Amino acid sequence: MTEDLLHLGLHDLHLSLGGRMVPFAGYEMPVQYPSGVMKEHLHTRAAAGLFDVSHMGQVILRPKSTMQNLCLAFEALMPVDVLGVLTGRQRYGMFTNEQGGILDDLMFANRGDHLFVVVNASCKVADIAHMRQHLSDEAAVITVTDRALLALQGPAAEAALARHLPEVAAMRFMDSRILIWREHEVWVSRSGYTGEDGFEISISDAAALEFANALLAEPLVQPIGLGARDSLRLEAGLCLYGHDIDLTTSPVEAALTWAIQKSRRSGGDRVAGFPGAEIILEQLDNGTERRRVGLRPEGRAPMREGTLLFDLGGTPVGTVTSGGFGPSVDAPVAMGYVAESFATPGTQLLGEVRGKRLPVVVAPLPFHPTTYKR
Amino acid sequence: MKFTKDHEWLRVEGDLVVVGITEHAATQLGDVVFVELPEIETMVAEGDEVCVIESVKAASDILAPLDGEIVEVNEKLVDNPSLVNEDPMGAAWFFKMRLDDLSALDALMDEDEYADLIG
Repeated sequence: MTEDLLHLGLHDLHLSLGGRMVPFAGYEMPVQYPSGVMKEHLHTRAAAGLFDVSHMGQVILRPKSTMQNLCLAFEALMPVDVLGVLTGRQRYGMFTNEQGGILDDLMFANRGDHLFVVVNASCKVADIAHMRQHLSDEAAVITVTDRALLALQGPAAEAALARHLPEVAAMRFMDSRILIWREHEVWVSRSGYTGEDGFEISISDAAALEFANALLAEPLVQPIGLGARDSLRLEAGLCLYGHDIDLTTSPVEAALTWAIQKSRRSGGDRVAGFPGAEIILEQLDNGTERRRVGLRPEGRAPMREGTLLFDLGGTPVGTVTSGGFGPSVDAPVAMGYVAESFATPGTQLLGEVRGKRLPVVVAPLPFHPTTYKR
Repeated sequence: MKFTKDHEWLRVEGDLVVVGITEHAATQLGDVVFVELPEIETMVAEGDEVCVIESVKAASDILAPLDGEIVEVNEKLVDNPSLVNEDPMGAAWFFKMRLDDLSALDALMDEDEYADLIG
């Protein structure tokens, strides 16, 4: 099982904390610690959870001419307004292909004289090649390979982190700052993927263990594994690449239209000019045949990825793409794609679980209210 | 108490056996969130899938440990699946069955043999 799997810089820390290690995106990752997925999930919502997400790709794009030219080149890969992101701010985006599908979703920050990009682990090799291929005229594409990435998430995250980095208390959702901790540069954003207020912190491998231990020494901070990360992001209605979004789903089908700013849409001053623009803009204007929705099974049985969905007459209408038990909702929750005419919250459907068709209702997302500090 | 390689325990109670999953199995499964029990008065053969147990991570089956008839199920697990994590060897029994042949129990592992299996 461990052959060819990469180890995180904090691998030994995870073992010493009792982490149960599993293969994920080519890495050996802690799926849970001794307290278990349920308690870890609830702890993150009630206090603060520390996640090691160092498997994700960290990339710096340094302009060869001007920041404006770099931002415009980056916009050519995404249906997203990059130029309008102010210094010290971060934004969500996604690389699209010519068919309007999603190559990956990502976060990028304007750090004044360069962009800092964080991409999914499972896509990072392809993403970096993609950026090198398309951005080389305007940017040096620098992969950051000597830094850990930690996420501290939950209502107690600000107080816990501010004891070590007082400046973070003044940050708001999607702010991005370069700060100094014990002479080490730390790259902090007020963001995450749990639906909670919190931070992501990039820190050099040399200082990561000391920093992680400093955070774990905070009374309200517990280490949290991948299992709870998945249930937290599902309750928050956030997509997992390779499951809820992929090459076959457009941002419009994926209900990510909020991430496509006006400037890139019909009538905007930088309309189109990204891969798949014709398809994506047409879908924005005229709708799509299917859409990602929230799903609430009415019984207690979880409806997991791959569960087929039917209308009450038995006609197939869609598929679950992520599903499980939501500890904070205290019920099973799922997301999936359904035909547009069944995408209205409240629509009754059936999901096939072990040969039985069980009631499930289309529900608004998120399942659990988000608490971002805007 | 007897044990199967599928991490079930069997306890004789009069002319019936009570069946549950071991502490080891419950720990491996993680937090149990859903249990589906068999119908009573069902005849089952060894290896039949008789219960579904879902944890936060995945779904798994509980197999009939031996041939016989399901005569009673523990409805408490349906309302409170977390009982499987809290008391897997006691209150969280799954079902009681009448074995076709009570002596079939002799072929199962005793506690020491099971302890060796899970190391």
